Amino acid sequence: MKKALALTLSLCLLSGAMLSGCGGSATDTATDETAAEDTAEATGDVIKIGVLQPMTGAYAAGGAIETEGIKIANEERPTVTLDGVEYTIELVEADNKSDKVEASTAAQRLIENDGVAAIIGSYSSVPSIGAGEAIKAGEIPAIGVSCTNPLVTEGNDWYFRVCFIDPYQGTVMAHYAYEELGAAKVGVAYDVASDYSTGLAQYFMEEFKTLTGDDASIVEATYQTGDQDFSAQITNLAAADPDCIFAPGNYTECALLIKQARQLGVELPILGGDTWEIDDFIEVGGDEVDGVVFSTFFDSNADLSSKTGEFVQNYRDANNAEPAGVTALAYDAYMLLCDALEACGTTEHTALRDAIAASEYEGVTGFTSFDENGDPSKPAVIKTVNVADKTFDYVTTISAE
Amino acid sequence: MIVMPTMAVFLQQLCNALLLGSLFALISVGYTMVYGILRLINFAHCDIFMMAMYIAYYSIAVYFVPWYISFIIVIVATALLGIIVEKVAYAPLRKQNAPKISMLISAIGVSYFLENFATVIFSGRPKTFPQIKFFVEGLKIGPVNTLRLCIYVPVITAVIMVILLLLINHTKSGMAMRAISKDLDTSKLMGINVNKTISFTFGVGSAIAAVGSILWGLKYNQITPTLGIMPGFKCFIAAVIGGIGNVKGAVIGGLMLGFIEIMAVTFIPSLTGYKDVFSFVLLIIILLYKPNGILGEKIADKV
Repeated sequence: MKKALALTLSLCLLSGAMLSGCGGSATDTATDETAAEDTAEATGDVIKIGVLQPMTGAYAAGGAIETEGIKIANEERPTVTLDGVEYTIELVEADNKSDKVEASTAAQRLIENDGVAAIIGSYSSVPSIGAGEAIKAGEIPAIGVSCTNPLVTEGNDWYFRVCFIDPYQGTVMAHYAYEELGAAKVGVAYDVASDYSTGLAQYFMEEFKTLTGDDASIVEATYQTGDQDFSAQITNLAAADPDCIFAPGNYTECALLIKQARQLGVELPILGGDTWEIDDFIEVGGDEVDGVVFSTFFDSNADLSSKTGEFVQNYRDANNAEPAGVTALAYDAYMLLCDALEACGTTEHTALRDAIAASEYEGVTGFTSFDENGDPSKPAVIKTVNVADKTFDYVTTISAE
Repeated sequence: MIVMPTMAVFLQQLCNALLLGSLFALISVGYTMVYGILRLINFAHCDIFMMAMYIAYYSIAVYFVPWYISFIIVIVATALLGIIVEKVAYAPLRKQNAPKISMLISAIGVSYFLENFATVIFSGRPKTFPQIKFFVEGLKIGPVNTLRLCIYVPVITAVIMVILLLLINHTKSGMAMRAISKDLDTSKLMGINVNKTISFTFGVGSAIAAVGSILWGLKYNQITPTLGIMPGFKCFIAAVIGGIGNVKGAVIGGLMLGFIEIMAVTFIPSLTGYKDVFSFVLLIIILLYKPNGILGEKIADKV
């Protein structure tokens, strides 16, 4: 009985291995063929641009609204003219599955199989960092859209981005707390397990201490991703009697944190970062998150450049809704890339990279030019949560110094 | 490094700890019951807890069933879910006299299955547990700010503990449970319907998880498919600290864990990001010096 079972099992395994083996080689030839076709096409009048975005996984929703921005830009400007020849731009989408490893594979596929001239993406720093090595090795210029972690472009000459970075956001909020709120002491609650949260908190604390000249002007409290109870930390913070609380974390924890703070009778102003700009934040936080303030990239009502108004109007006409910040950023990334292509007149990688690096682009999210890391310094938009209308309302714009 | 809090802060933290501790206690009771009867660590318990929260969400927020009726639906549905899990994942193994370790692996399997099932059905985006004013109304006692829950939860936990002790020690099904926990095979010979009793145990354990999950949801109103994992770990630790298999022990363990977590943050604020560590350190200390837990009976292994 046992022997028969073992035999059947090994037979199954063997046939399975053979099948998958054959299957593998079949697909290989298939991709080779498409790759050959691709090169043939690329020599025609088509330039391929890779869109590296999460279509599945935790960041799928963000990836979708970012891709939307790229597509809007592509519809508006479907061709570029290099040296008098008109090329059609073809978008090649690749799913990085919200994952570091998958992002690397997806970027490699775009570079090697699809032969793209450049890559736009990704939403979130995690897949962007994952794709970084492949982009560096493949020597293909890439423009990140809303990946705010410094590590995305650090030590990588091929990666640029159109959004500001976490340290900058922390600094902006420190100025907001000090200048607009007149705070002398701030309680900072951050997530020790998140690079995003610790980064923001670190730069906020440094800047705020410089502004006040007082090391005692910061009270810290920490938590970990996935924590649900913050009552002890909030009680500690409140006991130190600060003027406001800065909680730069993911909205999942922060919504609960703010809710518990209000339930514990803490009525201080609460400040945060760009991840709060999502409907779920209001859903979970309820009435308690009303009036909290955060920094982000874009708002329809912020007059960031002469192009903002037109973009917003077009978007409203087409979709009967307000454009999301990352949609506007993605739009800018595409337009900037097209400008760079036309400026250098070739798809040769090094030339294109240098053209991007030299860009001075006036986009819908403000003026973009890159520093030596490939990061821009852009104005930050301060918004507040309006629970009654379920909207994020524009407060002010803080421009980069 | 150690900070002395003011009296007002200390009282506030005490209140925070009471609420957290009683919630832990409630969930630990379910763990301990199943272990007491079957000698099985039911890893799926924390996922049954999670499913109960989704059932409550759909019942109250999506189908607008009044909350008091919803609570009954949730408790009954969760008890049924517990029984189904037992019938599908544990009963067949027991029938074949599979070793204990297979049951444990089956439990882990169920746990993963439920988490992924929930991700597919409900998606990974967090849902919001409905806020019921009757429970989450603010409450101010002197310098202490809290919710009405802070009074309800310890009372509910105490009542459930008393009912459970009466059930186990003074009813016929309770006697059957105790008999099975001593010796499963002999109880069969004595004419006890083992399968029925074990199903009943899972039903009761899951029903208590449902109560815990409703109260947890009212306090921490964000529902995700992986939400059960951390409370699950903590409450398992609480059950071990109290002496796994012992209902009173689970309640004491749960309260203790809540107090240690909150007080660690109160007195050593620089380590708040790592407060989970305190629970695990406590677990190690207990396992080293009092492996049977605070109230656990000594089990002499028969050779």
